[in-house]
Amino acid sequence: MQNITRRDLGRLAMASAVAGAGVSASVFPASAQGANPIRIGMSMSLSGGLAGNGRAALAAQQIWASDVNAKGGLLGRPVQLVFYDDQTNGGQVPGIYTKLLDVDKVDLVTSPYATAMIAPAMPVVMQHQMCFVTILGAGVNSTFKYDRHFNMNVTGDDMKGSFAKGFLDIAGTLEPKPRSIGILAVDNDFAQRAAESARFLARQRGLRVVYDRSYPPSTVDFTPTLRAVQAARPDLIYIASYPPDSNGILRAASELRISAQMFGGGMVGPQLAAFQAQLGPILNNLVNWDIFSVEPTMNFPGVAEFLTKYREVAAREQTDVLGNYIPPYAYAQMQIVEQAVKRVGKIDQAALAADMHSQVFDTIVGPVTFSASGEWAHERNLLVQFQGITDGNLERYKHPGAKVILYPPSLKSGTPRAPYGTPA
Amino acid sequence: MEFDLSLLLNGIVSGLLLGGLYAAAASGLAISFGMLDIVNIAHPALMVTGAFTVVALGGWLGLDPLVVAVLQAPAFYLLGMVIYSAYHHFFEKRGDEALQGLAFFFGIMFIIEVGLVMAFGPEQRFLDPSYAYTTWRLGEIDLPLRMLVPGLFALACIGGLFLYLHRSFTGLAIAAVAQDAEALRLMAIDPVRIKRLAFGISIALASMAGGALVVVQPVEPSSGQVFIGRVFAICIMGGMASLPGCVMAALLFGVVENVTATFYGPSWSPAVAFGWLLLVLAFRPQGLFGKAA
Repeated sequence: MQNITRRDLGRLAMASAVAGAGVSASVFPASAQGANPIRIGMSMSLSGGLAGNGRAALAAQQIWASDVNAKGGLLGRPVQLVFYDDQTNGGQVPGIYTKLLDVDKVDLVTSPYATAMIAPAMPVVMQHQMCFVTILGAGVNSTFKYDRHFNMNVTGDDMKGSFAKGFLDIAGTLEPKPRSIGILAVDNDFAQRAAESARFLARQRGLRVVYDRSYPPSTVDFTPTLRAVQAARPDLIYIASYPPDSNGILRAASELRISAQMFGGGMVGPQLAAFQAQLGPILNNLVNWDIFSVEPTMNFPGVAEFLTKYREVAAREQTDVLGNYIPPYAYAQMQIVEQAVKRVGKIDQAALAADMHSQVFDTIVGPVTFSASGEWAHERNLLVQFQGITDGNLERYKHPGAKVILYPPSLKSGTPRAPYGTPA
Repeated sequence: MEFDLSLLLNGIVSGLLLGGLYAAAASGLAISFGMLDIVNIAHPALMVTGAFTVVALGGWLGLDPLVVAVLQAPAFYLLGMVIYSAYHHFFEKRGDEALQGLAFFFGIMFIIEVGLVMAFGPEQRFLDPSYAYTTWRLGEIDLPLRMLVPGLFALACIGGLFLYLHRSFTGLAIAAVAQDAEALRLMAIDPVRIKRLAFGISIALASMAGGALVVVQPVEPSSGQVFIGRVFAICIMGGMASLPGCVMAALLFGVVENVTATFYGPSWSPAVAFGWLLLVLAFRPQGLFGKAA
């Protein structure tokens, strides 16, 4: 029997990582089948827990590729997306980017959805000195401090000082003035940063933190936890949760008839069509973090046309049918790449990074500028409130009024309704 | 958190209701893992498959998820027989069932997850029965029907299975094959056939558990992952082949999780619940209802 060396084992591990990443697939629109395309590589969660947002992001990026190619491509060359399924497994990500850069030899790379998948890609991307536009990471570059990293997320540089600001600013306008807050967050990076912001800003404003706990992502029943929150009698309830949990939390809150002056905060899930269809009126008066709403104040040039295109393909792609969360930002992520490449006039990673640091980008989610760390130079965390929801009919979410923007003041489209837990 | 009798009572009751769901998820494994010694790590994924088919068929037929779960159980029974036949042919017969068999079920689990994404998409799916948003209140105690009805359904299924295993000839043969397959052969009974049948029953139970799961929460293709550790722990704590032990362990697991979450925060729930498993194994290695070797 042949001896297996450590190097052989390494090769085997690499091969299994790449094989496990799933079927390689590329987008080859008819107009992009010319020679020498610009190839943009990425890992994306097309299965596993983050697949809902991963597939929605990919659908938006495919629409962008199709739009660009219909207009003659980029620098006169068609664009192709080369993507692999990371199965929502961070362990797969480094192997995928190694393959994209060393084997597929893509020209540009962009990121998969969210912090847990972006961070594992960073060392490989940095080693290859690639310019890296990511989507919805939460402070990933605070650790790596990579000067070619740019994050498409509204949170900005100072998540601790800004993420929960809108929630507490709105609370400050309520009568009677809230005096206490309960905080519940899932044990993951994004939610813990959100909870840290709520804790920090609440203390700064003299609010008493009467409940402050985390829960593991494997929690099945939220009834006892919500009951404990209720027993602490907070005026405000700040939740930082992920999609599988958000549903259980909101249903438990409804079953326990929890009432508070404000409820919500940093829940990921209520932004998605599946939640809105199932929970219907339970969402009423929830005040929650968001990044997009179809309110007139966010009707940036091109976004309505994009959403029309997206909704046509969403049903076929079996992804979020409304596209009111990630998709506009995923499209805008690619617009950043597109505009930088056009301005630089060639694929030069250093020049692209310099351009992204210095220029303003016009995107379908509004103008974007980046700070020195690659985050948005100006945070734009939205706080939206579900109002007047009577059932799970998704049609209302295609029009203004169902998810009104309460914060920031520049995008405000409605006034807060309180308390949470009363019929609309 | 200060002690409050109402919180404690509600913690216990909600824990019992949660335990009902755990019992549904673990009872099938008590047969495949406990009795047949097959480490079916894909069991929760099959449960989620059952949940997805319940959503699809229930939405189409307009029926209650639990009714659909019962109606589709024969199809899952046949699926279980097919899976066992493949497992037996490629691994068990060759004596490779330990590690390669485990890899086989890992593979099935991944194929199921990806298959569900391809067939249904990655979004959450739900099928709410009319009672899903109703909560009965008995004084200070809340009984959400979303948890109560699936819990009772699970106990009814397990009760029926218990009677079948103890009253029917085939049921007794399944109990016998768990103890000594070769002795069964001496009685002119084919142990492979009995195992195939028993594995089919375990997957039919996964289908029933899928129906219960849909009532409790929406499902997505990876929903089964949070149950893997719990169902194996419950099965071991209950005494492997014992259905009453499985039910008791599931209820205990649910109560410990929820009471801990109420008074000490949900972060401690898994640690305390699995700590109980270690305690049980330390003092009763055969599990709560298992028989000492």
